[in-house]
Amino acid sequence: MLNVLLARWQFGITTVYHFLFVPLTIGLAVLIALMETIYVRTGDETYKRMTKFWGKMFLVNFALGVATGIMQEFQFGMNWSAYSRFVGDVFGPPLAIEALAAFFLESTFVAVWLFGWDRLSKRVHLLAIWLTAAGVSISALWILTANAFMQEPRGYVIHNGRAEMSNFWSLLGNPQLWVEFPHVWFGALSTGAFFITGVSAWYLLKRRHLKEFTRSFQIGIVVALASSVLTIVLGHSQAQHLMKSQPMKMAASEALWNTSPEHAPWSVFALIDEEHHRNTLNVEIPYLLSILAYNHTYGKVEGINQLQKQYERTYGPGNYIPNVWVTYWSFRVMVLAGILMLLLALYGVYLVLKNQLSQHPAFLRAMIGAIFLPPIAHSTGWIMTEMGRQPWVVMGLQKTVDGVSSTVTTPMIWTTLLGFGILYLVLGIVDVYLFVRIIRQGPDFEEDPSEMDAKLPHPAT
Amino acid sequence: MILNIVWFILIAILFTGFFVLEGFDYGVGILTPFLGRTDEQRRLIINTIGPFWDANEVWLITAGGAMFAAFPHWYATLFSGFYIALFLLLVALIVRAVAFEFRSKINNPRWRTTWDWLLFVGSVLPPFLWGVAIANFIRGVPIDSHMNYVGTFWSLITPFSIMGGLSLLLLSTLSGALYISLRTVGEMQARARETARGIGALTSLVMFLFALICFYNTDLFSKTGIDPGGVPVLAAMTLLSVPFFIYAKRDGWAFLMTSLTIVFSSITVFLHMFPRVMISSLNPSWSLTIYNAASGPYSLRVMTIITVIVLPFVLAYQAWTYWVFRHRLRPGGHLDY
Repeated sequence: MLNVLLARWQFGITTVYHFLFVPLTIGLAVLIALMETIYVRTGDETYKRMTKFWGKMFLVNFALGVATGIMQEFQFGMNWSAYSRFVGDVFGPPLAIEALAAFFLESTFVAVWLFGWDRLSKRVHLLAIWLTAAGVSISALWILTANAFMQEPRGYVIHNGRAEMSNFWSLLGNPQLWVEFPHVWFGALSTGAFFITGVSAWYLLKRRHLKEFTRSFQIGIVVALASSVLTIVLGHSQAQHLMKSQPMKMAASEALWNTSPEHAPWSVFALIDEEHHRNTLNVEIPYLLSILAYNHTYGKVEGINQLQKQYERTYGPGNYIPNVWVTYWSFRVMVLAGILMLLLALYGVYLVLKNQLSQHPAFLRAMIGAIFLPPIAHSTGWIMTEMGRQPWVVMGLQKTVDGVSSTVTTPMIWTTLLGFGILYLVLGIVDVYLFVRIIRQGPDFEEDPSEMDAKLPHPAT
Repeated sequence: MILNIVWFILIAILFTGFFVLEGFDYGVGILTPFLGRTDEQRRLIINTIGPFWDANEVWLITAGGAMFAAFPHWYATLFSGFYIALFLLLVALIVRAVAFEFRSKINNPRWRTTWDWLLFVGSVLPPFLWGVAIANFIRGVPIDSHMNYVGTFWSLITPFSIMGGLSLLLLSTLSGALYISLRTVGEMQARARETARGIGALTSLVMFLFALICFYNTDLFSKTGIDPGGVPVLAAMTLLSVPFFIYAKRDGWAFLMTSLTIVFSSITVFLHMFPRVMISSLNPSWSLTIYNAASGPYSLRVMTIITVIVLPFVLAYQAWTYWVFRHRLRPGGHLDY
């Protein structure tokens, strides 16, 4: 059991860490592509300088996303070999297609973009960043195809004691995928947008490069608003789908021990007593859970105890209740972060339209802090999704305890857990240090000598 | 059943492509601290692979993904079995990937030297570890009747496997030296040629020794007889021709021959394994093969169709990038890394 626990910690840590970089990569790629498009269409050099500055941040982040992504692909085999044997037939193909159709695209064209400024025509260079953005987005689509299968298995048959793919289109047409992917993708876009507005806000407060960063802020805040709205709307439809596909996850995320009355209230704050299956305190908003679940003021939501009995009848004796505390609170933190993002973006757009940004330094400072809201929402969203599925690794098909590698020993998992943990911690510190440095140093057009080799003639930018 | 063979070949191609492309790529990383005496020279060397290394690495990632998809048992047995070795490989790859991006961001000698050495470590370990892994592939490893690897990390380390590791390490370094001579001019080019000449003979010697001890450690020769067949002979011939081309200052030919050596050696390994993918040293019937380790026919068919559609584009745009960035790098030019 210790092995399972350690392997899960390793998977959790490396995945959440990897997923700090991925959404920012996706969001920044799209926004940089937009900026360069404006540059190519208008010929305005301001947008070229913006493109290059944000590109520098993008590349540092991209490198970490790629580096930690390699680990993601291999640890299924390392720590979860029984899982890999059981679902490789269905779960492997999306991963292989991801590598073939997305990794090659993004890694080739990000390099073409970086090294191609002086070698390619403007249009081909612009195409390179759009292809990079497409690559990272396609990558997310395929990895979520694999993840959606774990949440809601589709397009398979059990044959020879393992899951075998029987219908590729129903794997790809998994309803879970088509609520999950748009939610995650727009969340990623908002990550990039809040990053750009946050960093721009810092420059606006310092009154440096006002032209570049006013425009960056404007683009960023509009995208932040649009993507926050869409992320929330799509998240809502994802939650509604959850009612049908994974009611236990839904019940756990509400700490709803017993089936709700006809008009279900939504819990805002609960003190959860997991041992006795009850909440010692529960602050609720009437009707809201029914509305969230069914878009009506009425409709029952099934409770944990009832679902447990139902699962015991279907799957045999066992504990089918995920960690309620984690699922409940990660869901609430995600929702809170999302609402804050929406409100900040709304107010930001209002200020931009009124042209009053510079009169509101407190708001600008808040926007710097808001850089961290999307990563918080992403991490807690993932934790809720994955913890809420427990004890299953593939919902209804294989339990997490049965997926672990049987021949890997506890000291071996400790080695890799600590090894990757320390490595990731160091890289995280270096990454933040570099980001802060790049921001403090300012864009290239400041002609900071430390950015160029003093001896080398710098080509005209 | 034919698709099982197709996927074995595809995975062999992906690994071969990885060894060729990342071979010179790792070689460049290994040689950077030695051939580059000033920061600018080191930047110049690193920039020769700047536009390529990331896509080159994807060959490995795709090979891993294809293994997972087409032969899940191969993927599961290999990666859970070679656990610690794979951990070291992953650490190396992670450190290497960030070293490229981080080194030039701060103009401080200590910062840059640190990343250059991490780039070196991240470039030495992968070819060495893959060489060790290949040696273990062809010799066979303890696999039980449940397809599980039952040895330890230390049972992977033998004189034979270390020779395998050194062979691939040297071959990669040689390839890297020749690649640098192709992408630079003047002093740097001369220095790269000199290095290639220096390690060329050593590489041939170690490879030859490795082939010799294969005789005692594997069923390679008992399977094929004393005459190993055309492909290994081609590998030997191309390898032996390399010193002549270096001597004649035909860097392009020397690089091509080194690459072909890697190709033919890789094909030799896969031909030897076929139809097995993991050889059990405990009982031949416990070996994993392209049949008992494979996904179902439906999965294989779906992936074949997708590969046939996507792969030509992938190959085309990668070839195109090598064309776009074909120019030699000169001191004083613009450097991104």
